[in-house]
Amino acid sequence: MIWNSAGEFFAMGGYGLYVWGSYGVIAACIAIDALIAIKRHRAARAATAANGENN
Amino acid sequence: MAMTMRFFTYASPPRFYALAGALIPWFWIAALVLGAAGLWIGFFQAPTDATQGDAYRIIFIHVPAAWMSMVLYLVMAFWAAIGWAFNARLASMVARALAPTGAMFTFCALWSGALWGKPTWGTWWVWDARLTSELILLFLYLGYMALVNAIDDTRRADQAGALLAVIGSVNVPIIYFSVKWWNTLHQGATISATAAPKMVASMLTAMLLMTLACWAYAFAVVFTRTRAIIVEREREAKWLNDGAAA
Repeated sequence: MIWNSAGEFFAMGGYGLYVWGSYGVIAACIAIDALIAIKRHRAARAATAANGENN
Repeated sequence: MAMTMRFFTYASPPRFYALAGALIPWFWIAALVLGAAGLWIGFFQAPTDATQGDAYRIIFIHVPAAWMSMVLYLVMAFWAAIGWAFNARLASMVARALAPTGAMFTFCALWSGALWGKPTWGTWWVWDARLTSELILLFLYLGYMALVNAIDDTRRADQAGALLAVIGSVNVPIIYFSVKWWNTLHQGATISATAAPKMVASMLTAMLLMTLACWAYAFAVVFTRTRAIIVEREREAKWLNDGAAA
């Protein structure tokens, strides 16, 4: 194991801000990208179902 | 003859819709497993770098994001061109579905690059050929999205988008070869198709696993978005309204 403690892991040799700042923002972007796509699909299906009932 | 028919089977929106729906969960599983493996090796197996310390670990998301940003753009341009050339509406839908995820990866490459550059180069940004052309790629993605959404007629919007996407494709080889053609702050290629890699094996493995994870993720989200677009566009179609769609 290259890290002697959790503290060391989060510090990333002093570069913690840069490393976790990268991974954190990217994780958020990925989550948002995925959630928006899933919501769009659900909304489209719901709109079609509503449309179908009105026909 | 049979091969051709099978190949074009999935050009039909309802068939693609069903196939994509079946595949999406597997893409998610692959993305999570590959991502976990890549991050495990990258953060717990790969050694600290002699020059950059642990700052280099940004590489495990920066490089995959950058590669995805370029690949997805070419794929988007390809399907947009197919949609235009053959009036294949599903191809145009796929092109539209690719854009947001491609733009996202481009932003991620730029963001992580800036955060890597500050401690190692001493600057968040520099107008060298690689960084500038990647920024232009982001503008191309955003421009494509703005353009197709601005035109009301779907088919004309798809065609205009295809033109922009295809012309913009010239930027991708510029990004790729920028470090070779110009004097750039961004370092040159470490990995080549023909020569042995100049990276420690564990670093390379982590990077490749993360790339595959990003690819699987891209498939999952782009297929989901394509399904959404299919439903939006085929709203009046019988296969959607009679409860046959899963």
